[in-house]
Amino acid sequence: MTENSERRVVSVIVVNEASVLSRITDLFSGRGYNITSLTVAPIPDSKYSRLTIVTSGSVRVIEQITKQLHKLIPVLKVYEHADLVEKEMALVKFPITENISDINAICEAYNGKIVNVGNDVIITMVADEPKRIDHYLEAIKRYNPKEIVRSGAVALER
Amino acid sequence: MQISGAQMVIEALIAEGVDTVFGYPGGAIMNVYDEIYKQDGFQHILTRHEQAAVHAAEGYSKASGKVGVAMITSGPGFTNAVTGLADAYMDSIPLVVISGQVPMSLIGTDAFQEIDAVGISRPCTKHNYLVTDAADLARVLKEAFYIAASGRPGPVHVDIPKDVTAQIAEFDYSKPVEIETYKPNVVGNPRQIKKAIEAIANSKRPLFYLGGGIINSNAAYEVRELVKKTGIPAVETFMARGTLAHDDELLISMLGMHGSYAANMAMSETDMVIALGARFDDRVTGKLSEFAKNAGVIHVDIDPASISKLVNADFPIVGDVKNVVAQMLEKCGEINPDNYESWRETINNFDELHPLTFHEDTDRIKPQWVVKRVGELLGDSANISTDVGQHQMWAAQFYPFSRPRQWISSGGLGTMGFGFPAAIGVKAAAPEKISINITGDGSILMNIQELMTAVEKKLPVINIILNNNYLGMVRQWQTLFYDKRHSETDLSVQPDFVKVSEAFGGIGYRVTTKEEFDIALKESVAKNVVSIIDVVVERLENVMPMVPAGGSLFNMMLLEKKEK
Repeated sequence: MTENSERRVVSVIVVNEASVLSRITDLFSGRGYNITSLTVAPIPDSKYSRLTIVTSGSVRVIEQITKQLHKLIPVLKVYEHADLVEKEMALVKFPITENISDINAICEAYNGKIVNVGNDVIITMVADEPKRIDHYLEAIKRYNPKEIVRSGAVALER
Repeated sequence: MQISGAQMVIEALIAEGVDTVFGYPGGAIMNVYDEIYKQDGFQHILTRHEQAAVHAAEGYSKASGKVGVAMITSGPGFTNAVTGLADAYMDSIPLVVISGQVPMSLIGTDAFQEIDAVGISRPCTKHNYLVTDAADLARVLKEAFYIAASGRPGPVHVDIPKDVTAQIAEFDYSKPVEIETYKPNVVGNPRQIKKAIEAIANSKRPLFYLGGGIINSNAAYEVRELVKKTGIPAVETFMARGTLAHDDELLISMLGMHGSYAANMAMSETDMVIALGARFDDRVTGKLSEFAKNAGVIHVDIDPASISKLVNADFPIVGDVKNVVAQMLEKCGEINPDNYESWRETINNFDELHPLTFHEDTDRIKPQWVVKRVGELLGDSANISTDVGQHQMWAAQFYPFSRPRQWISSGGLGTMGFGFPAAIGVKAAAPEKISINITGDGSILMNIQELMTAVEKKLPVINIILNNNYLGMVRQWQTLFYDKRHSETDLSVQPDFVKVSEAFGGIGYRVTTKEEFDIALKESVAKNVVSIIDVVVERLENVMPMVPAGGSLFNMMLLEKKEK
């Protein structure tokens, strides 16, 4: 992206109907916008779902993204706020032979813990701001993580 | 009322006031065609290709202002129709296109003539539906017509599996449309309009930039009044031709890549662009950073996403241009037309310096002459459709348009093969007018089979081929930008178009002189049967003036001056 590309979080409330997710992702691919991460789940007790899309682009591009999203018929609302609480989860699998107490201590520093212990591996879970998840994943590199899965960000305006 | 899905389609179309459906039957849509056979609420026009059915529906819609309707079968029937959907999407033409689909039990099994139709149509429609229950059909079809025609118009595709058209369910078309997530804003913000009027009053060289949205919203006569009252000169986009009458003193001409020198210079010199239903297309703006560089921008558009998409709007006004212009008319008293006297004079000087014209300096007929001559002979009595290429630009430049919806051409997508089927739809919508298709020797062959439709349904379209034995516009670019390497653009090998037309039951003329042309056109009008007038024109004529792609509007390639 050109002219000062910025990371932005866009929340989209959509009618929970067939192919609505394709409409959103087609719009992004068709118009050449980025999707860094995308999460989607139904909003309880409603006919709507909420998508949280982490994207990047210039001010003009972000404005276009929100306007183009608005144009889609099943889209109810589009929020593009800077002031929000943002969280992401990461699951990581470590060999059981690694220093488990060290790993546990690091996890706790990032709102996490060991959630599963098997014969060969342990699985940890942390939930924090996406940037802190980056730091966490950096910090646990030396413990030879075997698999990492990130959930993508979810966010709420303050 | 308990009826089948197929009957619901018929009932819905009749309830919507549809009088003409263009289409082509096939396996998955047969239940609906069976009901078409039984009804007499609307006429069905069988085109000879699904692409033509959608283009005909576009032409019908553009000429009438109503929603165009096309019907096709699944698989190849649908894929053939996609070009029409994309064309209508780019030019904001309201259509409802209904396709058959394989039965629900077979969806996803790679069944015969199965294709993911809604998956394909998603990026080239305003909205689409796959109907999985006949009980939804009334709501879906009603929404489809509403969405197609409201807000920024566009095509809506409804895909109906064969078992759904057979299914019996309750049908009630009386429920009003209620789409919670779709509420287009049609009235302009009064405060923004007030500010815009002030900005115009304070400007020295304002310019109306009139776009196709004016035609779509039936606002041309309001715009004519606004232009007249304010005394502000106007340029039209390709899509807006006919908004102002050709002899309106304040109409400069078309702007853009093949716009006039005066129109493009006016846009380059203006200090206040008043964009009405125009979208700053790249063929209009040329190099964006140089476009109307010193001007403020007032942008009126029904589509918020069109505002500040390419050019930043200082005064954005979201609303239906018909409403907004009416609101502006109430307030425009503070604009003094006398203030723009010298500005109008400047523009007139531009026009005198490099008028939009051509030289009659060859033995062969000049293509521009043909367009002008059609205008002289038929003028207001004809609707003008075109295909895509040089002939299209000459038609836009030289035809004396006198009213909105007189001009039907594929602007955004630039679809060769659009013109003939569109002109058939135009004739169906406006039988009292002569339907002309100005075309090229390349384009006409892309839907030539529609001669059959025109003959069968007695829709006497007059096709005027500006025949230069070239794929002319590409040839022009090759001449200018590819060192005259005319790669695959020489169309010297051609059918005998006269015989082609006659073989289908039409008439044809091969024309090499002006006298022959006049006779051919007069006879075609009189005989009232589909016609091809194959006019041999100067081969190497270029469309001028021209802004090379990506160049600035004020940096035009101009017609060479000739000593008189």
